[in-house]
Amino acid sequence: MALAELRHETRPPTDASDPLHRELVAHLRGNRTQLREEWVRRIADAQLLAAMTQEEVFAEATSVYDSYVGALETSTLEALQAYAQDLSERIIPRGVETHEVVGIVLLLRDVLARSLFAKYHMDSALLTRVLDAYEPAANAIAITVAVGFVRERERVIREQQEAIRELSTPVLQVRERLLILPIIGLIDPQRARQLTEQLLRAIRANRAKVVVIDITGVAAMDANVANHLVLTVESARLLGARVVVTGLSPEIAQTLVNIGVDLGKMNTVGDLQGGIEEAERVLGYRVVPIPEPVA
Amino acid sequence: MQVPILKQGSNLIATIQSALTDADIVQLRDALVQQVGRYRSQGVIIDVTALDVMDSFATGTLQEVAQMVRLRGARTVIVGIQPDVAFAMVHMGLALEGVATSLDLEEGLEYLKQTDRPADAR
Amino acid sequence: MTRVEPVPASTKVEVYADVDIVAARMRGRRLAVSLGFPSATATLVATAISELARNILQYARRGEIIITANERDARSSLTVVARDEGPGIHDIERAMSDGYSTSGRLGLGLPGVRRLVDRFEIESRPGAGTTVTIQVWKR
Repeated sequence: MALAELRHETRPPTDASDPLHRELVAHLRGNRTQLREEWVRRIADAQLLAAMTQEEVFAEATSVYDSYVGALETSTLEALQAYAQDLSERIIPRGVETHEVVGIVLLLRDVLARSLFAKYHMDSALLTRVLDAYEPAANAIAITVAVGFVRERERVIREQQEAIRELSTPVLQVRERLLILPIIGLIDPQRARQLTEQLLRAIRANRAKVVVIDITGVAAMDANVANHLVLTVESARLLGARVVVTGLSPEIAQTLVNIGVDLGKMNTVGDLQGGIEEAERVLGYRVVPIPEPVA
Repeated sequence: MQVPILKQGSNLIATIQSALTDADIVQLRDALVQQVGRYRSQGVIIDVTALDVMDSFATGTLQEVAQMVRLRGARTVIVGIQPDVAFAMVHMGLALEGVATSLDLEEGLEYLKQTDRPADAR
Repeated sequence: MTRVEPVPASTKVEVYADVDIVAARMRGRRLAVSLGFPSATATLVATAISELARNILQYARRGEIIITANERDARSSLTVVARDEGPGIHDIERAMSDGYSTSGRLGLGLPGVRRLVDRFEIESRPGAGTTVTIQVWKR
């Protein structure tokens, strides 16, 4: 959700020049030390941020507190957003989870709200006005920090998935100009693309003339996977490499034919060993029978 | 921009050096066909290493070159298709069917040499 | 390191002639690369733009290509709008099916473009021009 949309949903922050607003900020600044300590104590009680040391929690709490009050003071969220992103980048590798981040921000909101109650509870009309000023801003801040954290986490997870995919599809060079690509597991469109890209680059780097793609380990063959296979074969050809597909069980071969894959487009051989032999044949190694001894 | 065409023995080698407009590609096609006729060339190599995009027009025209040149008894090999370009091409359904392709100039020349010889009996 | 959301960048190419096809796809590639797109994806973008720009030239004589960078929920993408006020497409269904050819080539190449991109939309009415919108996510 864009930040602009978020602001429409919560009430617009009160005018920073409003004297009540300024008083609110002054109170939060003035009581910074106690409020921050109470917050840190509550965090520990709730057993949040267990992955971090006391010193780290205190240091971050200080920065968050100051950014929080700064956001309240200026009634703008850009600086807080930037800080939230920065914070997320630091704590995600430490294993901090979403519920912890949301939890500590809400705890801070509560700690500050309680202190406002304590200060203004004598005058309920004034208290109402103070809370009217405080609540929408506090909520916007909580959402900003939480969303910032979640986005960063999603980005990290995507990167990790990329990396895993890269690692799990090694292209092996076994003979000169011959590459083997064993495909194992589930193939989603992302992975299929990555596989093909990696293979093409390897063909070019190794000047491969033949590629053996072994699909024995492919978990599920369906139209999409079959289609990707065909695309891989076609694109390898454009780089001058022939493809031998191995590991086709009769069932899978039948599936491919049913789907409408033109098996004529690729050499297919039953098993990997046979595939390598076929590849060698294509590369020009010839099997010469030993001549019979003449009696 | 005109694509330079080199005559090397019985082969013509056209090396594309930068992005081509449609008009350039058509001009290349015509020049190749004409020169194959003039020199009685047996092979045509088109090096597309420098092309960062090959769309339906480019592939269609290259296929035309291959067809027209075959009518004059010569073979065509396209070489140097970049991995990214090959990837995009096949996803669009442009697989350059019916046209030989090799990794690079060296492989392309090797290919033409082999197809010159009569097929080995097996 | 703090990061601030980048302001969306947008670029427009008027398509009148041959050279504009090349210009449009180079701009597309450049924008993709500047967003950190891997080279394979940038090539996809450039290829799709090339097809769309050529369609404009061939069937409508002139039009425009607008390429915009977006960032949403920390994911980047490029949107390309190819717009013309040409004769429009009579039968979109048919134009979008493989194997359809109007002029001996592969027709409009639209099915191919659709396979290449993540999002594909087309609006066209006979006599009222054509707008094709595509989107490619950074991957």
